[in-house]
Amino acid sequence: MPWPWPTPFDSAPLEKRVSVTAAGTAADASPAIHTTGLSKVYGRKTALASLSMTVPRGEVFGFLGPNGAGKTTAVKLLLGLVRETSGEAWILGKAPSDPGSRRHVGYLPELFRYQAWLSAAEVLRVHCELAGLDRPTWVEEIRAVLAIVDLGARANDRVGTFSKGMQQRLGLGVALLGSPQLVLLDEPTSALDPVGRHDVREIVRRLRDQGVAVFLNSHLLSEVEQVCDRVAVVDHGRVIATGRLAELLGRPQVRVRCTGLGAEARGELSTFGKILDDEGWLTVSAIDPSRVPDLIAAIVAAGGRIYAVDPGQQTLEERFLQLIGDS
Amino acid sequence: MAIWVIASLTWRELVRRKLVLALLALTGIVIGVTGWGFSRVPSLHLAGHPLTQGEIHTAAAQLLLLVMFMFSFVLALTCAFLAAPAVAGELESGVAQSLLSRPLRRRDLLLGRWLGLSLPIAIYTAVSVALEFALVDWTTGYWPRLAIASGAALLVEGLILLTFTLALSTRISAITAGVISVIAFGTMWLGGVAGAFGQVFHNAAITNVGVATHFLLPTDGLWHAAVYAMEPSSFAGEASRGLGSTFASATGPTVAYLVWVAVWMVVVLGLALWSFEYREA
Repeated sequence: MPWPWPTPFDSAPLEKRVSVTAAGTAADASPAIHTTGLSKVYGRKTALASLSMTVPRGEVFGFLGPNGAGKTTAVKLLLGLVRETSGEAWILGKAPSDPGSRRHVGYLPELFRYQAWLSAAEVLRVHCELAGLDRPTWVEEIRAVLAIVDLGARANDRVGTFSKGMQQRLGLGVALLGSPQLVLLDEPTSALDPVGRHDVREIVRRLRDQGVAVFLNSHLLSEVEQVCDRVAVVDHGRVIATGRLAELLGRPQVRVRCTGLGAEARGELSTFGKILDDEGWLTVSAIDPSRVPDLIAAIVAAGGRIYAVDPGQQTLEERFLQLIGDS
Repeated sequence: MAIWVIASLTWRELVRRKLVLALLALTGIVIGVTGWGFSRVPSLHLAGHPLTQGEIHTAAAQLLLLVMFMFSFVLALTCAFLAAPAVAGELESGVAQSLLSRPLRRRDLLLGRWLGLSLPIAIYTAVSVALEFALVDWTTGYWPRLAIASGAALLVEGLILLTFTLALSTRISAITAGVISVIAFGTMWLGGVAGAFGQVFHNAAITNVGVATHFLLPTDGLWHAAVYAMEPSSFAGEASRGLGSTFASATGPTVAYLVWVAVWMVVVLGLALWSFEYREA
């Protein structure tokens, strides 16, 4: 089945390309991923503790955490590569122990290694065969994914001659074969240059547009921030925060550098949000952005003199560091 | 069928990594060198007289057993070296994780690997043994009395070690699996020598060591089956008088022993499948 999207390097108009929905049928309503109390313990070390989550189809879900937090363990559990110590998991409605659960799943491992003695096209051909794709579709399928990951010109070169970045691109191509309904990407840009990272973000967005669920394992916060609908932050095997990005980052805040406000006037400003006074900067957190002009007017009306106004929101990195520090 | 996909992938790997080329070249060299050696046998003299046809056959049989003993050793090492990284190496490198993320049953992956290694080994054994026997026949006129059976015994000996190593490879690192396998092969051979020693001196305890090793890992037992099939009947007669050795067997394998070899192979392959099924990837 031809790949339905334009490639980052393809200039042909979108409407001229074949449009095929990669997601499952409407009748197939099971979430892409569902886990309840999923845990993995190696000896005395807890790699993953009681992970409960649901990733609907068509959602880009970011799984964030520092190195060794349990991100890769979670992916391996979902793919049946390791067995859970307790809890349950379902992937596209099937248990990971059922090989059929992986029929419509694409996976880019963190340790992306493919047969060095095969060409890129041959690696993809092996995966077409193992994925059970119809033989007549293989040539077009392989051509399409090689174009997406910008390896079309290296299709017949041995993988052993590829750079790490090119091997990671090939791994991404392998994950995209066969119109998957769920794509698991484990640190997908670890070996890529800035152009490659941009391409991966574009590919992830297009997967979402096609209704494909993406589970993105990463410790690169900017990557997650730009493409994910929801995230979970994991540390030492435990999920320490989860939710939509906006929820996770908290409500916006505004910082005002001002003088001339008395204690009583400051007290009255608490109607706008939580007030924090820090060396001449008044920080009002959890403020409704539409009320910022009213806040400024209130400060001026109370006799305050304003030198600077800095509206903003906690970045994911700040929030991540805060969560990791708290855990 | 997934087993065939993995098997054909394995064959391609052997060709692309030039293993097939290396085996062909080495086989050619060995056939050439041993052919020259066998061609000299008919012109040898003993106490100033040319060898009789019977003496030529005896000398050719002794030399053939020596050559085939070396071949069985090379075959065993080849099987160990091929099987040791077949699973462990791919798990360590990450290649296996990529394959197992497909709707591929682990047993299909392992059986595909076993099949993919066994078939080239079978072809290598058949070609090498056939060429060597034909060469000996052409140069000296000696032909093993049970030629096909001897080739089959050598092949199964190799497959036994291949299966054993593959089973180890599902649990331990490639290098450790290979080392254990080669040491086990050597130990079984030593056990066989000890057993023959026990027979010469009528020592039941030492004899039983040899018997036990033939059952524990039946490589040396199969080597003796191959020897019985290759040797002239006079060698078997000497062995039956308590002069058995690595190069002489009094009797061929019993049906019960052959059944045991088949059971051993099935059980160890089954253990390998069970082990790999529960292996954390």
